[in-house]
Amino acid sequence: MKTEEMILNMGPQHPSTHGVLRLEVKLEGELVLDVKPHIGYLHRCFEKHCENLSYPQIIPYTDRLDYLASMYNNFGYVVAVEKLMGLEVPERVHYIRVIMGEFQRIASHLVALGTYGVDIGAFTPFLYCFRDREKILDLFEMTCGARLLYNYMWVGGVSHDLPPDFLRLAKDFIVYFRPKIKELNDLLSYNKIFIERTANIGILPVDTAINYGATGPILRASGIPFDVRKEEPYAVYDKIDFDIPTGHGEKGTTGDSWDRYFVRVQEMEQSLRIIEQAIDQIPDGDVHEAIPRRVKPPKGTVFSRVENPKGELGYFIISDGKDKPARVKVRPPSFLNLALMEPLCKGHLVADIITILGSLDIVLGEIDR
Amino acid sequence: MYEIFLNWFGNETLSMFLSAALPLFVAIVPFALFAVLLERKVSAHMQDRLGPMRVGFHGILQTVADILKLIQKEDIVASNNDKRWFNLAPYLVFVGSFAAFAAIPFSSKYIGTHAEVGLFYILSVSGIVVVGILMGSWSSNNKYSLLGRMRSVAQIVSYEIPTALVVLTMVMLTGTLSLDTMSQQQTAYFWNWNLFGGAGHGFVQLLLIPFMVVAFIILFISTLAEVNRTPFDIAEAESELVSGFHTEYSGMKFAMFFLAEYANMFAVSAIVAIVFLGGYQSPFGYLGNSLSIPWLIPFEQLFWFALKALFFVFVQMWLRWTLPRLRVDQLMTLCWKYLIPYAIVNLVIVGILTLF
Repeated sequence: MKTEEMILNMGPQHPSTHGVLRLEVKLEGELVLDVKPHIGYLHRCFEKHCENLSYPQIIPYTDRLDYLASMYNNFGYVVAVEKLMGLEVPERVHYIRVIMGEFQRIASHLVALGTYGVDIGAFTPFLYCFRDREKILDLFEMTCGARLLYNYMWVGGVSHDLPPDFLRLAKDFIVYFRPKIKELNDLLSYNKIFIERTANIGILPVDTAINYGATGPILRASGIPFDVRKEEPYAVYDKIDFDIPTGHGEKGTTGDSWDRYFVRVQEMEQSLRIIEQAIDQIPDGDVHEAIPRRVKPPKGTVFSRVENPKGELGYFIISDGKDKPARVKVRPPSFLNLALMEPLCKGHLVADIITILGSLDIVLGEIDR
Repeated sequence: MYEIFLNWFGNETLSMFLSAALPLFVAIVPFALFAVLLERKVSAHMQDRLGPMRVGFHGILQTVADILKLIQKEDIVASNNDKRWFNLAPYLVFVGSFAAFAAIPFSSKYIGTHAEVGLFYILSVSGIVVVGILMGSWSSNNKYSLLGRMRSVAQIVSYEIPTALVVLTMVMLTGTLSLDTMSQQQTAYFWNWNLFGGAGHGFVQLLLIPFMVVAFIILFISTLAEVNRTPFDIAEAESELVSGFHTEYSGMKFAMFFLAEYANMFAVSAIVAIVFLGGYQSPFGYLGNSLSIPWLIPFEQLFWFALKALFFVFVQMWLRWTLPRLRVDQLMTLCWKYLIPYAIVNLVIVGILTLF
């Protein structure tokens, strides 16, 4: 019998490519022979824009990179600029940034886990996750007025101090959210069908992960406890005690989709721990005192990295001494993680493409920039 | 029903036709509309939402509004579709799932046709659905539809085997293919239901219970797969295949597939209820008997039947909003490695037990 390969274009409009991503899939029946991601549908010339904007004006643009973790993109950028300027910021600002950043990590992981459930076919966990994310967005809204694109962290400070009720509500959220993680585990993580669908699917060996430059939960799921927060502590992460969850192949092989999923669940718990400690330690102070009137770094280059929810987010900035950067280059975690699609998908079935793509948790805003 | 129509009209063909078509218009079309709303409400409340709230009280008229919208929509046929089969397919699927209702006894007085081979008829007429799906997806000329079609047909054809084996087991036990007779046998109290060994088997009845439970579970799982519901909805897996076999359909033709799915849900639930849970029989006697109002009994029966069938419809919805979806190979594994062997063993054991 004559058989023929079929080329299927998944996307750019497809329910589970998580944005405008096109996957060129070569199929033999249900078997995947090859996957090629095609990107660029969301390209917005971020890096070119940056050459014509002053340093603070770039912050709103960084919001739109990984739009599910805007707070952390701001964080990475302001840390880079402050490093370039040699600016010391007050302790309180650091703690506020850590609290906001970790809330953002939980929010981003909730979207990742919820949409992963939808990819596998379970719709209800998605809405449960969004219900809880809503509470985090409410906290953000009461702090800076925005729910998605915050422009909250400024060079040398933050735009608004925490509102009076914030710390109490944040504590309430932690109390509220801990049982919800258990609920998610009961409903999805330890579901037999879910484990069948994700364990041993898309196994990422450590050497492949390193060769492809994978970072974040994806690298950690392969068993390497690499986290920028521990390796090169920025802000006040060195004063806070937390663990780095890694994949152990609990349900299958180390580095499979279930591990990548579950590392995120465990990271949410660690984020809660970080927030708790930060709330206890936060000092009083003025969050605006170190904000420079004019951001004009000296000549030089800087590369600074932070641990974004998706992985290692790096900013490379070249300054020629003017009030506009000569070059801003972003090292986006999703972009490098997406490259793993090709080695991971080969030999799996069509349904597993979605499983693997979902477990990589990409955001196209960051990939295309 | 047939007798009543025969008395009125005196024409056999006309009364047969009317009595077969009556359940469709009296019960099933309204049910499908209601089930769509029920699904949305059930899912909404399971997910901390409210669901449709705007059209009518708590969104009661939402489905009506949706259907009106779908009727008004443009009927899109893409230029590369094979138009003849593309247009025919939704009707085949619709007819296939609605035809099953002609043989389902809603109560002792309300049954479309007293077919002696009702169960056999339902199993075979639901095969038309496969043809419709095959036709619709192939003529769509769409790669997602193609993949959905391959999955769907493989799935339905595979899962008909455990269904047929369990049905065969039950036919052996009850000695009839007529759904009406089967319901009548399970009369009086709930321990006479087939799930509890059926009526009139004496001591063997107790031995039968575990095997009946196994048969019941197999039948429920395989009917769930036959109607393409989660966790077996790989044919229309929206996260992988957009909408699977009906990706290219819009407007009223889409609504046909949609309503057929809900009608099918009710049909298989009804079969499970009839075969195992006594169909329209009350679990504990009739109010009509104790109050000696004989005309009340058929209405009570209708109530019990609707309650049992709706319970299974609800369970199907419950599963859909709780479980993830299986992968296509896992689905086949479940059918060929677990359900069919268990069903065969079950068949043999029940066969031996019924000898006594």
